Amino acid sequence: MAKENFPLIFERSKEGKSGYNLPALDVPEVNLEEELDDAYIRKVDAELPEVDELELMRHYTGLSNRNFGILSGFYPLGSCTMKYNPVINEDVARLPGFSHIHPYQDTKTIQGALKLMYDLQVHLEEITGMQEITLQPAAGSQGEWTALMIFKAFHEANGESHRNEVIVPDSAHGTNPASAAVAGFKVVEVKSNEKGLVDVEDLRSVVNENTAALMLTNPNTLGLFETEILEMSEIIHEAGGKMYYDGANLNAIMGYARPGDMGFDAVHLNLHKTFTGPHGGGGPGSGPIGVTEELAPFLPKPVVREKDGMYDFDYDLPQSIGMVKGYYGNFGINVRAYTYIRTMGAEGLKKVSEYAVLNANYIMRSLEEKYQLPFTQHCKHEFVISGNKQKAQGVRTLDIAKRLMDFDIHPPTVYFPLIVGEALMIEPTETESKETLDHFIESMIQIADEAENNPEIVQKAPYETDVKRLDETRASRKPVLSYQKQITKEA
Amino acid sequence: MEFRYLPMTEADKKEMLDKIGVSSTEELFSDIPQEVRLDRELNLKKPASEYELKKELTEMASKNANLTEYRSFLGAGVYDHFIPSVVDHVISRQEFYTSYTPYQPEMTQGELQAMFEFQTMISEITGMPIVNSSLYDGGTAVVEAVYLSVVQTKRKKILVSAVLHPEYRQLVHTASKGKGLEIVEIGHKDGQTDLEQLEKELDEDTASVIVQYPNFLGQIEPLEKINELIKKQPKTMFIVSSNPLSLGYLTPPSEFGADIVVGDTQVFGIPAQLGGPHCGYFATTQKLMRKVPGRFVGETVDEEGGRGFVLALQTREQHIRREKATSNITSNQALNAVASSAAMSALGKHGVKDMAKLNMQKARYTKQQLEEVNLPAAFSGSFFNEFVVKLSKPVSEVNEKLFEKGFVGGFDLGRTYPELENHMLIATTEIRSKEEIDAFVKEMGDING
Repeated sequence: MAKENFPLIFERSKEGKSGYNLPALDVPEVNLEEELDDAYIRKVDAELPEVDELELMRHYTGLSNRNFGILSGFYPLGSCTMKYNPVINEDVARLPGFSHIHPYQDTKTIQGALKLMYDLQVHLEEITGMQEITLQPAAGSQGEWTALMIFKAFHEANGESHRNEVIVPDSAHGTNPASAAVAGFKVVEVKSNEKGLVDVEDLRSVVNENTAALMLTNPNTLGLFETEILEMSEIIHEAGGKMYYDGANLNAIMGYARPGDMGFDAVHLNLHKTFTGPHGGGGPGSGPIGVTEELAPFLPKPVVREKDGMYDFDYDLPQSIGMVKGYYGNFGINVRAYTYIRTMGAEGLKKVSEYAVLNANYIMRSLEEKYQLPFTQHCKHEFVISGNKQKAQGVRTLDIAKRLMDFDIHPPTVYFPLIVGEALMIEPTETESKETLDHFIESMIQIADEAENNPEIVQKAPYETDVKRLDETRASRKPVLSYQKQITKEA
Repeated sequence: MEFRYLPMTEADKKEMLDKIGVSSTEELFSDIPQEVRLDRELNLKKPASEYELKKELTEMASKNANLTEYRSFLGAGVYDHFIPSVVDHVISRQEFYTSYTPYQPEMTQGELQAMFEFQTMISEITGMPIVNSSLYDGGTAVVEAVYLSVVQTKRKKILVSAVLHPEYRQLVHTASKGKGLEIVEIGHKDGQTDLEQLEKELDEDTASVIVQYPNFLGQIEPLEKINELIKKQPKTMFIVSSNPLSLGYLTPPSEFGADIVVGDTQVFGIPAQLGGPHCGYFATTQKLMRKVPGRFVGETVDEEGGRGFVLALQTREQHIRREKATSNITSNQALNAVASSAAMSALGKHGVKDMAKLNMQKARYTKQQLEEVNLPAAFSGSFFNEFVVKLSKPVSEVNEKLFEKGFVGGFDLGRTYPELENHMLIATTEIRSKEEIDAFVKEMGDING
């Protein structure tokens, strides 16, 4: 039997209930209907729910109970860096001096906020080895696009506007080619070799006079460090292209190596990943980018500058690509990242990477007997295993993912990267204890045993969740995207 | 130094290294070539203890004049509204703020349902049937609407009203360079989009026309007339950027033929926080559903026939379509969409309308009182909660004096409209009391007298 549906807030609504008290109308009332053209006065009210405050709180508490956060349990989602989100960050971001300030206030009245932005930039410059940072992009994908627009402007300024090709490894995040396309580039793919790294010979063969850039994640999406990085940088630079660093995996190398020292010309960071954003169920994030000195004139405007202890926005950037997001980026997320960086310092951030890598290798070596490990060298902060062995037993990677839910574990990233069949991409992060890692390992081993001995258990999972497996095809074939529409359809 | 977010003990570490078969963590980094290894410690500020850091950051925050202590008449796209207490309690639930995108629906029904409800609420407010689960903010939502219109019409000319938010216009200009688009700005006349110029520029190459409703100067644009003009070019798309609170009282753009309605839900439960994060919304017609950027949540059933929610129509998205995706966007602003949903639920059907009217009443009172001190409104049209006055002095000078008296004054229009030098854009929301308005008007009169 299906469990009873959890009601929508609209189904809790009852005419006459209310959950608000607005300030009083303490000014003489004017007749709006007389003043406005009747065509512009709304005739049918928006059907928003009518609920009292307790009903509202029960509703959202109920929804939250039907969700899974990092405090609910282990969340080894590869490439997403689901580490603990410190609660002090939330307190600091809610200080009225940070949360209730307007972007158009006189900059003399927001010196604390500007100092924080400036200091964060300085810290990120040092962590990445880049010359200048902008905090404007709202998320990683916007950061990618921003950097590509900077490359474009740079090539144009050098009379090389014909450079219209961006090279992307076959193991890259989907955002890389998508951002390149939105920035108006043609995407060229470069192959990976048998070690899971970029095939340098293939890279040589795809580079030409139209190469605008190479986009690279390092360590890559298999969790492997691109050991031939300097050679790759040289190939791209000799061809006149630029090197782009996708910072999704920076959690692996902080304090050990810097993209700036590997020859990258632009870098984006996911402050909601590496620097404890948090993720918010899918955003808001923050995706600053850092660039070399040569590219700094093209940064989006404004940039924050310091002069004699006073901070201000500098709009005087004649070569700037323009604004990429309203105001100055996701300041609220930047406050959290700054709080985190100041808590950890250089010593702490290096330990973060040390433990992130230790934890990933520990799990990897604990699973390699039961699961196929396509690349056997030490990994960095994450690794990819294949469910091919289990597939032969009739159990798909999707089944393994669903079964993990019954152990109170969020499944890893699945079916990515695309170059590994039945992929499971596992990133434990440094904030998890050995006990948690062991629980995960034991669960994964149990699932492998089940797949071998009693595959049906895995195939029919999950058992402990609020709903059973959902029909995703139906949701796309006959989309129902809002509550009202459903009623109209049935009527 | 102790690090409270790092749980491993030395004994744990040793056991794990044994399992891996190495003697130190250093060996795990041996694949990083020596030439790129950092041979020194990063030069960052020393780690701070929890107490010291909180003290330092609290002091840093107190160096900012915040809107809970100053009485603000500043809007220009970001508004100081009442935020019900329920909002922060809802979004402080860790299951909402620490979770990832709900790619595993069996475990994340709460988030998915909250997004589905957000889509429904925005659909109700805008009158558009198809709404996604949010975008970064109002400005980037305009850019995504432009992209969609270019794909849909296979045209490259975009007409942008000059009284669309100046930063939104800048974003459109930046984006146009990636796609090789032609952007034509349509000027303003008496505070509204110049319809004559619009008619002149509108042709068979025009992909879309973008206007703001109410516009950046607070004026209620004549969408009916604009739509009539646009319909002379049947393929050209009509994009309206709209403050969703205003739609509690104003006729929604859907009734004036809009193809895409976008905007920012910051007005519902999201603090200004220096301009971000806020929350963009994107609403459109059934016909364009499969070309919409970002994420949708759709209703479906589970194996036992129970209702459930999943990410729908994912084949439009970058993680599947890569360079052929409708957009490169990966994230939405889920947590802020939940905040706005909680605020919209608290206000409900009647509250949103009441709040919109209260804004209009208080703004009208402010306008009348300013007229009394010889500061009449610069434009004659109807407005929502913002209007423009011409001052006798530079706005920055007036604002400095207002600040000394505890006010954050209005937006200096001369910053972005040279023809509106010494003009101030004044916003009055529902939280300004009569007493505060009277005090503000008195200062304005004295300073400009």
